[in-house]
Amino acid sequence: MSFEMMLVQLAQGMVKSLGIFMWTLVISLPLGLLVAFGRMSKNPVLRTIIKLYISIMRGTPLMLQLLVVFYGPYYLFGLQIGGSYRFIAILIGFGINYAAYFAEIYRSGIESMPLGQYEAARILGYSRGQTFFRIILPQVIKRILPSVTNEVITLVKDTSLAFALVYMEMFTIAKQIAAANTTMMPFVIAGVFYYIFNLLVAVIMEWFEKKLSYYR
Amino acid sequence: MKLLEMNHVRKAFDGTEVLKDISLSVSEGEVVSIIGPSGSGKSTLLRCATLLETMDGGELVYMGERAAWNDASGNTVYEKPAKLKHIRSYYSLVFQNFNLFPHYSVLKNITDAPLIVQKREKEEVYQEARTLLAKMGLENRENAYPCELSGGQQQRVSIARALAMNPKILFFDEPTSALDPELTLEILKVIRDLAKEKMTMVIVTHEMNFAREVSNRMIFMDKGVIVEETTPEEMFRSTNERTREFLGRYHDLG
Ligand SMILES: Nc1ncnc2c1ncn2[C@@H]1O[C@H](COP(=O)(O)OP(=O)(O)O)[C@@H](O)[C@H]1O
Ligand SMILES: [Mg+2]
Repeated sequence: MSFEMMLVQLAQGMVKSLGIFMWTLVISLPLGLLVAFGRMSKNPVLRTIIKLYISIMRGTPLMLQLLVVFYGPYYLFGLQIGGSYRFIAILIGFGINYAAYFAEIYRSGIESMPLGQYEAARILGYSRGQTFFRIILPQVIKRILPSVTNEVITLVKDTSLAFALVYMEMFTIAKQIAAANTTMMPFVIAGVFYYIFNLLVAVIMEWFEKKLSYYR
Repeated sequence: MKLLEMNHVRKAFDGTEVLKDISLSVSEGEVVSIIGPSGSGKSTLLRCATLLETMDGGELVYMGERAAWNDASGNTVYEKPAKLKHIRSYYSLVFQNFNLFPHYSVLKNITDAPLIVQKREKEEVYQEARTLLAKMGLENRENAYPCELSGGQQQRVSIARALAMNPKILFFDEPTSALDPELTLEILKVIRDLAKEKMTMVIVTHEMNFAREVSNRMIFMDKGVIVEETTPEEMFRSTNERTREFLGRYHDLG
């Protein structure tokens, strides 16, 4: 297989990896906030369930979680799987896994906010929702940005775990080309792709941090 | 007319009584100072008055409208949230450590609540905010962020923020305790000016000379009770031992 051919095929895989990456963020960033609310809820039952969910998500391999989400419906309920469910399973697996990590980050950020901010908002008559979305969350986002950046960089690399469900993202394709042509080249190219991907992520996150550096 | 009435207020933290049967009323145009050693319950009293803390027992009334009252067994019950929201519009509170919103500019700190909470006209709110800033001597700092201001300037912004809500009564909890002596003077001047305009204020402070000069009435609290409540002149001539002992610490017994 020619070098150009490899590049083209890997680039197609890269687009799929990028898809997993984007969709995971779109799902898990808001979902993580909801989970964080559950984790901090006054309701002890909800709080315990969420705590358990987070600890399972963080305590077991993401690859195992992906396999459970994908094959679970078949083994548990005898449902036909495959086709478009492959991608959906990937989004569910990544989404709920990353939501758990983001939830803990949100929680630490929210809990680090000084009580005085809530009290000032209360005195000024802001509702609970207004207080959270106007006063608290913007400051929390600034505080947690470095931790979020770490998580996002991990996600770029984690997209390769979709190979476990034989989804044609970059790493799966690299493996197939390497096996068929007995060459290391696709891995090297894939590595360069991931690296550049993460450089971009770092640049974008740095831009965000800079944008939020107008106050302390 | 009584703007604020607090009757037989009780409050305990973990079984320790911090406020023991405190009653206090404030009329329109009055300036009331609350003095007393630290830990005597001054902040807790203001926090109960401003609904930041719930009372265990007692009554809280603003403008004749009850925010809280005693049930048959003498425990406080509060009004419904919608009613309390309305009652909150009667007062504001200036904190010791300002609690400005760091991510908002000076102007936004002042205008956000009038726009979002009171849903007032934008033109009018901005105009009023700029007038307030000018009054606070901060006319050219409206685009600054709190972190770019001195403590005294931050406290002046927070006073402007409170005034922008057009409260009937303004509470201060040690507004100068976080400031150097020099910056303290600029805040005291602002409060003095407000007193001249007949703004109704309740001020917890350790600035004895200031309290004496600015207030119509002084309250001395100790260990959760009001020991003495009288005019500044009387307070500084008090024969009460606890009052004398406390004021004596400030070396400015007249
Ligand atoms: N949230 C709280 N939890 C427990 N104890 C408190 C709390 N707030 C105040 N206290 C206690 O109540 C007493 C009165 O405190 P405070 O009202 O702050 O006094 P002051 O403002 O006069 O210095 C103090 O002994 C303080 O430790
Ligand atoms: Mg205090």
